[in-house]
Amino acid sequence: MAAPQYTKPELTDDLVIPAIAENAMAHSKPFVAKPEHQQPLGFPGELVEDWHDKAIAKMGELLERSRALRVFLDSCVKCGACTDKCHYFLGTGDPKNMPVARQDLLRQVYRRHFTLAGRFFPALVGAKDLTREVLDDWYSYFHQCSQCRRCAVFCPYGIDTAEISMAGREIMDHIGMGQKYSNEIIGKVHKFGNNLGLQEKALRATLEGLEDDMEEETGVRIRIPLNEKGAEVLLVTPSADFFASPHIEGLMGYAKVFHQAGIRWTVSSFASEAANFALFVGSYEQMQKIALRIRQAALDLGVKRIVFGECGHAWRVAYSFLNTLAGPWDFLDPAYPTPQHICELTYDLIQKGVITFDKSKNDDKVITFHDSCNVARGSRMGAEPGGQFRIPREIIKACCNNFVDMRADTIGEKTFCCGGGGGLLTDDLIELRVKGAMPRMQALKEVVTGRGVTHMAAICAICKSQFTKVLPEYGMDMDMIVSVHQLVSNAIRIEPAKTM
Amino acid sequence: MTALTVTYALLFYAATAVFGLGLAYRIWLYAKTPAPLKIPTPPAPLTKSGVAFRLAREVVLFESLFKSNKWIWLFAALFHAALVLVLLRHLRYFQEPVWEWVKLIQPFGLYAGFAMVAGLAGLWARRFLVERVRYISSLSDHLMLALLAGIGLSGLALKYVERTDIVALKAFALGLMRFDWQPLPAEPFLLVHLALVAVLMIVFPFSKLLHAPGVFFSPTRNQVDDARSRRHLARWAAALDQGRP
Repeated sequence: MAAPQYTKPELTDDLVIPAIAENAMAHSKPFVAKPEHQQPLGFPGELVEDWHDKAIAKMGELLERSRALRVFLDSCVKCGACTDKCHYFLGTGDPKNMPVARQDLLRQVYRRHFTLAGRFFPALVGAKDLTREVLDDWYSYFHQCSQCRRCAVFCPYGIDTAEISMAGREIMDHIGMGQKYSNEIIGKVHKFGNNLGLQEKALRATLEGLEDDMEEETGVRIRIPLNEKGAEVLLVTPSADFFASPHIEGLMGYAKVFHQAGIRWTVSSFASEAANFALFVGSYEQMQKIALRIRQAALDLGVKRIVFGECGHAWRVAYSFLNTLAGPWDFLDPAYPTPQHICELTYDLIQKGVITFDKSKNDDKVITFHDSCNVARGSRMGAEPGGQFRIPREIIKACCNNFVDMRADTIGEKTFCCGGGGGLLTDDLIELRVKGAMPRMQALKEVVTGRGVTHMAAICAICKSQFTKVLPEYGMDMDMIVSVHQLVSNAIRIEPAKTM
Repeated sequence: MTALTVTYALLFYAATAVFGLGLAYRIWLYAKTPAPLKIPTPPAPLTKSGVAFRLAREVVLFESLFKSNKWIWLFAALFHAALVLVLLRHLRYFQEPVWEWVKLIQPFGLYAGFAMVAGLAGLWARRFLVERVRYISSLSDHLMLALLAGIGLSGLALKYVERTDIVALKAFALGLMRFDWQPLPAEPFLLVHLALVAVLMIVFPFSKLLHAPGVFFSPTRNQVDDARSRRHLARWAAALDQGRP
């Protein structure tokens, strides 16, 4: 396939709201899932004959199931507050990437089939029949939403476009028009326990290799145990942590924290994946199926606690949904929240003085922190609201001397998405990924030129992979993106194991 | 009893019925539809009283809109606050004797009539002047503004252009409530004003005006952030729990 031709957005001094450019991204579509990706999930292999009726029926079913969908489809007043909030709109200028317009792709059909006004006066309220053109728009534009929820923060009614694009994708899955990237990955989790298709033997070899690396670096054998029964902690982390950089450096950071704290822990080959791509396609059933692997692993290994590694949407599913999908967790130690984020665990240990740092080890860096969208806007850490913003920054400050935040309206609850979330981290969508990353890149560039920032830390596997790819597109070094626990790993003081 | 009085009396009974029943049906739909997952937008409150406080800030201060866009916030706040005052001022047509505080707010309610129209004008201007908002506006968005502006302007005309016989009008209103119909003054601005109000009541349960009850049912704003400590399970989802490990 020839490299797609497109113009990269220029990074300006200030974030500029683009003029609207109709259909600028209408051509952007991910690969359609093939029957071998669809059928294992119970979805039809290809677009079914009576797709129109099936889609409307599915929409009716989802309306019965989800208050959010029903309320969000009714409540919008078209005030325009969201129109300049989506990073994909800011990066592409395509008006259908304005959250309200993206929602309207679903809303127009909802109105036509489920409201009196739309049934009798369609032109008046912008109701439309579900034609092939509308379906194609759904496929394009529901796959130009990373479900980052930035628009939901700014909407006066809290209308969350993520819920809308999930519903759109779920309807499309049920008529045989799924997205290859997400559905293929969900199939791999069901089959192998992780998104990468890593099998136990390969996983064990990888982990042993990492133990060798750490031994060479520290002189101490720091273990990354696999399938060890009776461990206290089950660590569930994105499989990218076993495989790619800078994720792997983060995994070594977790290992050093556990080692230094003397906590017996283990990774499970059966549930060797924290990511839950079923969130991206909006399927409760698939999400539950993946979550139940974690329950099974916890029961089989007899652990007392579950800790999640650095992954944004994985943490959202874990924090917000795991209790619903796979709870109750009454067989675990109630002294700890279930699940716990690795940052919460590390932060507690820092507070207690169990782990200490030689901060000078990170003196070659000036760090900024990218709040990953699903952590920032879909979950929490710690006991107080906003802990998900504070705790990772506290960890960075504990192990680095130089920390700088990006502009206030681009971090925290207002953070810009990396541009690769929501099942869009696939090369068939590279143009969208590059353009959607623009607002984050713009804010980063500001602190790079203005305040000497050299590195950006993140706690999400998708963010890390996405930035590795898009930073060079904006003239920056791909190694600028680091794991938070990579910084921990660099600076933590290691002693020989206390217990193991 | 004139045909006009009968027509308007019946119109208002019909409008009240459509408004009340239509709205009750929508609210019942929202209330009975489960919210299967916890999706509050953070930083979210950890308690129910925190949620009530959050919703109050949304409804009274338009907190999220303030974060989003100061112009929309200004016009929307102006319009809604003025509308509340104007509505409260109108209570005097339905009371005998009139409550003391309703008497007190009468002069403010008059200024509010102008503020309401000014707020609407600002919101409407955005639909023409801001390219993005122009793109998302449909015919019904303009009609809704026209309807509200028409109500506001015809109401102001009753005070400043051609004063209506408010004693007769009040008798008509009280008569409606007591099912003892009294003649309606046949004044053009009054007839327009009342007809538009009736249309607004009829349109309400079928339009974007559902944002008024909707905001209270929005899971992103009305849920407590306690997902780890309390298991949250929808009825239909509980059925999926059968036979799992």
